[in-house]
Amino acid sequence: MAVEALVTPAAGPLDPEEIRKDFPILSTLTSRGRPLVYLDSASSSQKPQAVIDAVTEFNTTYNANVHRGIYEIGERSTAAYEAARKSVARFINAPDHHEVIFTRNATEAINLVAYSWGRRNIRRGDAIVLTEMEHHANLVPWQLLVQEQDGDLEFIPITDDGVLRLEVFEVLLKLRPKLVAFTHVSNTLGTINPVVEMTRMAHEAGALVLVDGAQAVPHVPVDVQAIGCDFYAFSGHKMLAPTGSGALWARRELLEAMPPFLAGGEMIREVHLRRSEWNSIPWKFEAGTPAIAEEIGMGVAAEYLMALGMDRVQAHERALLDYALPRLQAAHPDVALYGPMDTSIRGGVIPFNIPGVHPHDVAQVLDRVGVAVRAGHHCTMPLHERLDLPATARASFNVYSTRSDVDALVDGITEVKRVFGIQA
Amino acid sequence: MDDLYRDYILEHYRHPHNFGTMEDATASYEGANPLCGDRITLQLRVRAGVLDGVSFTGRGCAISQASASLLTDEVKGKPVDEAAKLSSSDVLDLLGIEISPARLKCALLSLDTLQHALGEGSEGATAHAATGGE
Ligand SMILES: Cc1ncc(COP(=O)(O)O)c(C=O)c1O
Repeated sequence: MAVEALVTPAAGPLDPEEIRKDFPILSTLTSRGRPLVYLDSASSSQKPQAVIDAVTEFNTTYNANVHRGIYEIGERSTAAYEAARKSVARFINAPDHHEVIFTRNATEAINLVAYSWGRRNIRRGDAIVLTEMEHHANLVPWQLLVQEQDGDLEFIPITDDGVLRLEVFEVLLKLRPKLVAFTHVSNTLGTINPVVEMTRMAHEAGALVLVDGAQAVPHVPVDVQAIGCDFYAFSGHKMLAPTGSGALWARRELLEAMPPFLAGGEMIREVHLRRSEWNSIPWKFEAGTPAIAEEIGMGVAAEYLMALGMDRVQAHERALLDYALPRLQAAHPDVALYGPMDTSIRGGVIPFNIPGVHPHDVAQVLDRVGVAVRAGHHCTMPLHERLDLPATARASFNVYSTRSDVDALVDGITEVKRVFGIQA
Repeated sequence: MDDLYRDYILEHYRHPHNFGTMEDATASYEGANPLCGDRITLQLRVRAGVLDGVSFTGRGCAISQASASLLTDEVKGKPVDEAAKLSSSDVLDLLGIEISPARLKCALLSLDTLQHALGEGSEGATAHAATGGE
């Protein structure tokens, strides 16, 4: 798969029209014969042909289990799987690809840390600091952990604009938490959190840092060494890779000291009837047959994004946000927009509400005109409670999003208002 | 479009029937679809085995609120045992629109809440239907 040959790294802004040609689904029509306007990439991204081909190639020409077969296709599958790990490691600038553990998704990566590291290290009365904007995936595992270990959760509050209040974080750090876990980019508000500064603050207070990168890896350059964090969790399916792929990066010393999470084949070196010895990292944490084709696809997705250049991806999405926010405000001054209005700290996520229309109805009418957005609480119920919103509609971008997608959204909102008899 | 958001559905959404609270209710129940943020509190007044008063308050999507408006119209004045027999398909018939699987929970929240309210007698209770995630 010569991904580099498919996308030539170039300077200057991304051309989304060129990129769209790599995504077959984007030229399909909805059942009502409308072009698909896909504005739900924060939920799951679409996949480029290179990723689709990599999965097909695996299944049609060298499908075999990894780390087992002493035959040609088994060796090929092992090599491709391990090459994918190296691509993913390069993608986040991990110092050592053995520190990248393949998981099914970000949720599993966070649970791995909660169970394996958490049960060993969180004791009665220990505090874990989270934020009010966490996805349930970076909240509920910690709830379970502190219930079991009799620890405590504390939360960094947000401003009404959806920005973390670091002055309160400073105070919470006086509790000497064992762990601080926060999202790099908010899936609901788009806020890009100051991860470098927050990691430094947490480390100075003696805490370890887990960053939930699920919404960052598709949209902003990620360098785990520059961030300085201890754990970084993310999903493949939001960064152009297949569902069922994902990864946890963690520092080697931590991984080596942690007990296994799931147990079975692959994660062992020696098994006796009453005891076993663990495999070395990363395999110690990869029990059972992994999602081989999907992780190979994730490696290709990482290469694809690196070839585009994550700086350019971020610049593209920011330019689109700079186009979309004023355009929405001008066309629909009655529509409520949430999240920071400073686009230098915001990813391509636009949560909104049309007064008098429930987000579900908004999404349903938009669907009729071919525009796919998310409606609900986006797995951030506490954040919605904090903002006193039962639900929101949410449009979100990816590399293939265009101004005409934004225009379709603006027109779609006009249609919602027409159906519900709301005067513009 | 007009197969879902028919005029009468929007009319029931904007001007729901039986909307409000009753001082002398004998049973009440709060139902919710946390996934959507739909919420309905249903109050019943049972006299001599008859649903002599029915009212609701709530917020949510057009489908959930129109469904509550239509259902409360339907059961008002009916014997309790008859109201208890109403099924999902009866409610979908009342709505008279095609409901996609994703919106079934919205359409049936009122029925679920009614069944709980009938079951709870005059205790009054709160419970939430559990739903999935992202
Ligand atoms: C910020 C954030 N964290 C975690 C997750 C969980 O991702 P997954 O469902 O792929 O495990 C999501 C997905 O919506 C997310 O947006």
